[in-house]
Amino acid sequence: MLSVQRPRFICALRGHQLLRMNGNGHPSRWWYALLALPLLGLLYPPLYATRDPELAGIPFFYWYQFAWVIVTAVLTLVVYLATRQR
Amino acid sequence: MTVALITEAHKTNATALTVFVVLFLLVTVLGFVAVRWRQAKLDHLDEWGLGGRKFGTVITWFLLGGDLYTAYTFIAVPALVFGTGAIGFFALPYTVMIYPIAFVIMPRLWSVCRAHGFVTPADFVRGRYASRELGLLVALTGILATMPYIALQLVGMQIVLGALGVSGDWPLVIAFVILAAYTYQSGLRAPALIAIVKDTLIYVTIIVAVIYIPSKIGGLGAMFDAAEKALPTRPKPGALIPGVADAQVAYATLAFGSALALFLYPHAITAVLSAKSAQTVRRNTALLPAYSFLLGLIALLGYMAIARGINPSNPNFAVPDLFLNVFPSWFVGFAFAAIAIGALVPAAVMSIAAANLFTRSIYKGYLRSGASHGDEARIAKIVSLLVKVGALVIILTLPTKYAIELQLLGGVWILQTLPAIVIGLYTRWLHRWALVAGWAVGMTVGTLMAASQDFAPTYPLELLGTKINAYTGIFALAANLVVTLVLTLVLRAAGVRDAGDETQAEDFDELAEDAVYPVPGAPAPAA
Repeated sequence: MLSVQRPRFICALRGHQLLRMNGNGHPSRWWYALLALPLLGLLYPPLYATRDPELAGIPFFYWYQFAWVIVTAVLTLVVYLATRQR
Repeated sequence: MTVALITEAHKTNATALTVFVVLFLLVTVLGFVAVRWRQAKLDHLDEWGLGGRKFGTVITWFLLGGDLYTAYTFIAVPALVFGTGAIGFFALPYTVMIYPIAFVIMPRLWSVCRAHGFVTPADFVRGRYASRELGLLVALTGILATMPYIALQLVGMQIVLGALGVSGDWPLVIAFVILAAYTYQSGLRAPALIAIVKDTLIYVTIIVAVIYIPSKIGGLGAMFDAAEKALPTRPKPGALIPGVADAQVAYATLAFGSALALFLYPHAITAVLSAKSAQTVRRNTALLPAYSFLLGLIALLGYMAIARGINPSNPNFAVPDLFLNVFPSWFVGFAFAAIAIGALVPAAVMSIAAANLFTRSIYKGYLRSGASHGDEARIAKIVSLLVKVGALVIILTLPTKYAIELQLLGGVWILQTLPAIVIGLYTRWLHRWALVAGWAVGMTVGTLMAASQDFAPTYPLELLGTKINAYTGIFALAANLVVTLVLTLVLRAAGVRDAGDETQAEDFDELAEDAVYPVPGAPAPAA
């Protein structure tokens, strides 16, 4: 359905020991670790519960969280592509 | 008799009502023709209750999006932001966290359910722990958590009907009778097809709203300034930024707890299991954050209503009144239809999910273990009707307040199935009786805590001299996990016999090549 070419940096990363195929001929599940980032970025509100710096009149608290929507979408896509079966 | 919370009197708007009715009729037709879509004999629970497990990426995306973002969400999230400010915005980090979690867990659940023909999470738990009793508890929890959720969809519909100036209970009854009829006939195919229309309408509505409305209120900066001024003057003062530590802990735990709970709900799992492969599920969780962005924008509608000077007697009317205020009548009809149709998809999937649970875990599990596939499908169809009638009776006879409180409790309850379902996907180490005990403790603690706070979502717990004000569901889950772990150690040490396990390690392999599993007794797949 989705014919996205696997980005080159993912091929490069997969050459790394930890992220290579595991015993079953699968891509490594270590990629899933990337998915912890959104939780780390959002679970501690003191990190972002401020008004400044504003972005086009939008307080930091709001645009920071919106930004995580996009970052999370990208991260999930990367993990999906990296762990996809050929 | 009519719901007490809805007090606002609205004039009938003929143009808006016409557009609304036309769109509603369109999806009604779709619901009925769905029976012919990807034709199969619907006398098998896999076909009626899971759409044949054949949905590809696009349909699954619409179905999951249409299913998870409900009409009540569209009304309640901006209403909360309108009334309380930042705390209501927890919905955004909540939907951001859902998909990374679901990405890891759900394909695994899909794989094992496909390999064994499990139709519900309770089926999986029954098989994994070889325990009919544990399966029953998970099924009952699911049904209990789903019923008030269906009822709230009716509240969402009632609010837009009220804003259109339609009064009385009969329009709601008609809408639900139609919904019940095509769900009975077409099963999961009906909401899957309608979800495409629903999500398109919602996307158009929200994109138009966030482009058009800021130009009417002096831009986003002015909007936040207006909110900052208005929020501290609310009866329960709110803030634009959650300042105090109490509010921040509540914010983070509400987001995290709700994210953990969402994919434990039967209707979410039903939509996941209807996908045709684990790859489809994985791909979808990577594509679903588009809806998260949408939900964030919907939350901002609450501030737009503040900036526009909307002042409804009930915050649930903040968005409908905002739309009535800024949009031409025909677009109001379009937008309201989007919300009302937004109630139909989740209500249909929820009733199907509850029916699947009842059929597998109660009817087949306890009443008639020899039930054929045809029997199962027939019972599920009837139960889906009963579930909807039940929800309708709740809404027409009880104050809306109860449905809202029950739905909040539902989130706390459904979290108590996490150890059996999610941990069960990774290890069979937990003892089945420890899981039963943990569940019982979690349900009791959660319910008592919520009741003691008059069903506010958070509980101020005194722990080692510090007060932690966090989401009740998280506390209840913690109690559940502690009991489950400690009792498992004790029962294992005491050598208390645990039952077996019907699954094998390779059943869980979500990264495996898309295998074609035969469904026992299923009709041959259509070409």
